[in-house]
Formats: sequence, C-alpha cells, structure tokens
Amino acid sequence: MNKDRRKFLKVSTAITASLIPAVSVSSSEECEIDFNDAYGVLVDTTVCIGCRNCEKACNIENNLPEQPQGNFEDKSVFETNRRPDVSAYTVVNPSIDSKLPKYDSYAKIQCMHCNHPACVSACIVGALTKCRHGVVSWDAWKCMGCRYCLVACPFQIPAYEYEEALEPRVMKCTFCYDRIHNDKKPACVESCPVEALTFGKRGELIKLAHSKIESNPNKYYDHVYGEDEIGGTSWIYLASKEFINYDLPKLAEEKIPSLTESIQHGIFKSFLPPLALYGFLGLVMHSMRQEKKKEALDDEQS
Amino acid sequence: MNNHEAPTPINSKFFSKGAIVLSIFTLIGALGYLYRLIYGLGAATNLDNQFPWGIWIAIDVATGVALAAGGFTTAALADIFHRDKYHSLTRPALLTAMLGYTFVVVGLLADLGKYYNVWHPMLPSMWQGNSVLFEVGLCVTIYLTILYIEFFPIVIEKFMGHVKLPGILSKYNSLVESFLRISNRTLYRLLSLFIIAGVVLSCLHQSSLGTLMVIAPYKMHALWYTPILPLLFLLSAVTVGFPMVIFESILSSWSFKLKPEIKTLASIAKYTPILLFCYLSIKVADLAIRNAFGYLGEINIQSFYFILEMVIGVIIPMVILFQRDKRYSIKYLFLSASCIIFGILINRINVFLIAYTPLYSSSFYFPSFIEIVVTIGLMCGLVLIYRFLVIHLPVISIQRVKYKIVSKIPASKSVLEG
Repeated sequence: MNKDRRKFLKVSTAITASLIPAVSVSSSEECEIDFNDAYGVLVDTTVCIGCRNCEKACNIENNLPEQPQGNFEDKSVFETNRRPDVSAYTVVNPSIDSKLPKYDSYAKIQCMHCNHPACVSACIVGALTKCRHGVVSWDAWKCMGCRYCLVACPFQIPAYEYEEALEPRVMKCTFCYDRIHNDKKPACVESCPVEALTFGKRGELIKLAHSKIESNPNKYYDHVYGEDEIGGTSWIYLASKEFINYDLPKLAEEKIPSLTESIQHGIFKSFLPPLALYGFLGLVMHSMRQEKKKEALDDEQS
Repeated sequence: MNNHEAPTPINSKFFSKGAIVLSIFTLIGALGYLYRLIYGLGAATNLDNQFPWGIWIAIDVATGVALAAGGFTTAALADIFHRDKYHSLTRPALLTAMLGYTFVVVGLLADLGKYYNVWHPMLPSMWQGNSVLFEVGLCVTIYLTILYIEFFPIVIEKFMGHVKLPGILSKYNSLVESFLRISNRTLYRLLSLFIIAGVVLSCLHQSSLGTLMVIAPYKMHALWYTPILPLLFLLSAVTVGFPMVIFESILSSWSFKLKPEIKTLASIAKYTPILLFCYLSIKVADLAIRNAFGYLGEINIQSFYFILEMVIGVIIPMVILFQRDKRYSIKYLFLSASCIIFGILINRINVFLIAYTPLYSSSFYFPSFIEIVVTIGLMCGLVLIYRFLVIHLPVISIQRVKYKIVSKIPASKSVLEG
C-alpha cells in the first residue's frame, strides 16, 4: 500500500514537473529574441511610387488569387482605402490627405511583425509564434479559429477566411519565412523598383532611418514609426508627415500584452492564489460544519 | 418548515403550449446551426475582419457564463457557508449552471472556425500560459466536468435501487446498480472537494472573461476599457447569481403551477442590493479615476448603452431590493431579477460589441438572421432540457400548497400572511 502511494506521488510529481515548464516556455522564449539582430524592413513612404509591384510579387509568392480588378497596374484601386484581406497580405494606399489626380505619397500596409505581438499573447493554442528572426507566423494545424488574434491586433491586420466552411485560415503576411530562411529577401522587397523597401537587421535599419532623417530633416517627419510603438515592430516606417495619414495608428510605447499578462500571471503566480482560495473556502466549510453540528448538539441537550 | 422538503420530479406533462413554442424556436435554431456548419461563418454571420466577434461570443458565451453563475454562488452560500435554508435552491441552480455551460460550449462551437479542433487547449504541447482565453477555456472545461459530477448524485438518487434497463440490456441491471452504489458512496465523500473546486474555478474564469478585452486597448471605448474589467466581471457574475436563481424559480413555479418559495427567495435576495451597491460604487469610482465621465455627456450609441446598462441593470433593481417589503413580493422580485439579468446581458454586449470600435470599419456590426435564430434557439433548447430534467429527476423542492395567482394581489402583505 505504502509503496503504491510512494509510486503515485513520484509519478504525479514527475507529471507536474513536466507540465510546468510547458506553460512558462512561451514567455521565456520570447525574451530571448534579440530584436536588433532580428530581421526587419524599413518602408520609406517618401520614395514609394505606388506601382503595386510588391502586391503582385506577394500574391505570386504566397499563391494568393489575382485581384478582382484583374491586374496590379490598375491605379483606380487607390480611390478606396483598402485593407489587407484573405486575397492580399499587403496593400499599398495613398496618404489619406492627398487627393486625385495626384497622390503625394503611398504606404505599403502589411503585418508589422511586432516585437511583442498581441496576437501571439492572445492565441489560445500557441498557433501564432514569434521566432528569433522576428517573424510572426501562424500554424494551421494548431489553430481552432477563435479569431481572438483579430481582436487583439492593434493594426487590424489578420484576415479570416470566413467563406471557408472547413479549414478556414488566418491570413496575414508571412514575412516570406521560407525565403528569408534561405538568405533571400522577402518577395515584396525584391520586387520594389525604387528601393522604397529596405530589408535587413532591425537594429541597423533603425540606425539607417535616423541617419536618413538627420541628413534630410526637411524631407522627413522626425519620427521612426515602429521603433518604439507598442514595444517596437519589425517593419518600421519613414514619412514626410504624420503617420496617421497612412492609417498607421498612434500607439503608445507600452507593449500591448503586458497588462493582460501581468493580470494573468498575478492570478496564477505559482498557482498560489487559486490554491489559497481553495484552502480558505475549505476552512470555512469545515468550521461552519462544526458549528452546525455543535448547534444541533446544543439543541438536543436543551 | 417547507424548505426542507426533499426535491422530487415534477408531475407535469412535457408538451405544454409554451414548450411547443420553445420547440419550434429550438428547431429553427438547430437549422440555422446546421446552415452554419455546412456553409461556413461567412454565409451564416455578419462577422468580418473588423468585427471578428459577434453575438455568439457576447451573448451565447459571455452572457451564458455569467448567467450560469447561480450555480457556484448558491453552492458557496448553501454548502460552504452552510446557510442550510437555501438548500432547496442548490439543485435548480446546479442544473441551470450545468445546462448553461453545456450550451456555452455548443454556442462556442458554432463560432469557432475550426470547431473540430476545440480539444486542442487540452494538449500540454499547445498550452499557452500567456493567453487569457486559454485560462478561460481550461477552467470552463474542468468546471463543466465538475458540474456533471456534482449533478450525478441526482441521477443516482433517481435510479439507484430500481435500475430497469430495457430488453436485452436487462442482464446488466445488477452491474449498473452496483456502479451507482459505488459512485454514490465515493461521491458522497468527495463532493465537498468538487464543490469548493467549482467555486474557485468559477472565480477564475468569470474574472478572466473580463480580462479578454483588456488586450485591445486601442479598440475599446473608454467607458468600458479599464484594467479592473476582470474584477467587474467577477463581481457582476456573483451579483447576478442569486437573481438568476430567483428568476428561474419563479418562472418554473408559474410554469408548473407550484407555490413559489417566497420566504427563501426573499431571504436570498437580501444580498443582491448590497452587491449591486458595491458594483455601482466601483463602476463610478473607476470612471472618476480614469476621468471618463465626460464620455457620458456625448450623445452616441456608447453613452446610451452605458446608461441603459447602469439604470436598468443596477440602479432600478438596487432601489427595489433595498426595500424589505418589495423583496417579499413575487412581482417585484421577478421584476428586479429580470432587470439584473437584462443588465448583465447588456453589459456583456457592451463590453464585447458596443465598446469595440475597430480602427478602419466603415459600418457597424449587426447580427445576421442566422446568428439571431441560433442564439434564440440555444436559449429555448436550454429551457426545454431544463423542463425535461425537472420533470424526470428530483431537482425542485415542491411545497404542498397549491399555487394561487399571487401577482394580482397588491403589495406584499397578503403574500406574507399567506
């Protein structure tokens, strides 16, 4: 009997020990990423000519359908403000304040591959992950389609295949994961005819961005978008005016997941708070029961 | 005392007029559900990339979980704090919680794009400790299991001693019988452990449901976006627990022509105005600290819904229930309980839908026909199964006196005398 019990204890301790790291891994892994060494892209909206070559290259690389308009040379799409969706991981939009017939500048929109992604923190099954290269990628097999990532994303980037009854996917920029693993640039960067997109290590891109602003302070609005926003993003932007004109929202420096994660980890600190509540309620239950018994006994005696 | 009468199956036929109407709605809902499974979310709902969550999350899941809180609050009061006079309420509350959570899962499955992967959070290799939703999912799964375990003794009580399996299965009668006996003995010893675990798990996931939207600070309207959302969710769930028990107790007494347990209900209602007052104070303090009162002055959908939620869901029932004589009136009890339940519904809709203002949307989400019929169908289906189970299992404690129509008698005195 005693032996069995010891065995049971041993097994259960082993199980518990093997489970605890599984929970904490995701956070520690994220901390190990050196964001300066991770990949990024610098988008210089003052250089972009709105040719939509990047859109075309992206759709070909990712086997996405041809646009409804039929071709990527059509400039009439600029009349409506577009968002990335299930048929396009990236779209180019003219700045909001510029009007026809001539747009003054354009910005390419896609997943920002945040340093501290809200979607990764939100995902219930860890289908979204941030790897050390900086890529936020999505695992079709794990996903159960709750769409909490769409709720969490501050840039409103992930799109969902609502029309699919089976195996709907979360669609967003993959940062051409396979290409950059093979030391190639992302398809969009390679396709850009004017070098509005610069691919490289994030740390160096930030330096490059600042030196561009310094050497041309009249041309640039003095801010590198994505350097500090919500803890930094892999894709960073330069522009001649405020970034809100390119649908890039004004965001504080605080990482989005930090509040929910601190609430979450506060409640579950080594499982102490739930266990304490359990113990407390158990104690209450026990003492109340004793009290009732005593009352009943007193009643009988009197 | 009538209160200590043992629960018995209700002697009533299943298909009353109301039950037929409910069946029709359930059937329509089931067809809508089938439509969603065959044609996908895009065809069945008005969800899009801007509004990824609709009423299936706000009502079926979030409100469903909150309204099932009667189970754990009543268990805490009657079993843990040993307020024995409320024991007659624990079984209906437990049944509501069990069915409530079951339907939460059914509703959630409709909303999940890949519902067939719903078991994924149970695989340790996919555990994601940072995700609030993961915690909610795991807690709800365990709690639902516990609810079934807690409910099992009621099934045992019904069948133990006279198991009669039909036809060829009858040779297993004694086997099933001994299984029931063993489970009965084991459960009797372990039930307290499960009851406490149920309360702890409820506190955890009721609050975490509130944490869910904390991850979207730039999309949430300032009237609702606060870091204490988890506290507000927990407190409001605890608050709605007893009113929900009162609501369904009165409803089933009307439906089955039983005498409402007015004394017990009035007594359990005395906690509610205090909880409502706490909730109101925290809400007001929260708005004041965050300097968000200004948003109430703006005339828009958000301010309207916020005021609706607070006035109908909190202030009116609080004022009613603070008055002792009103608590002893079935009419006022029912009215205030309905207000609080409506308030919770509006609050959850507010937090998940009305407060949610995505960055680039040109339109506002409004549920599709299918979304609405599925939601209504789920509610009706729940009521039907509840009705079926209380007719066949010992859940409700009947008082012998035939129920007379009380609601027409003015004020409460006559009820007190009766």
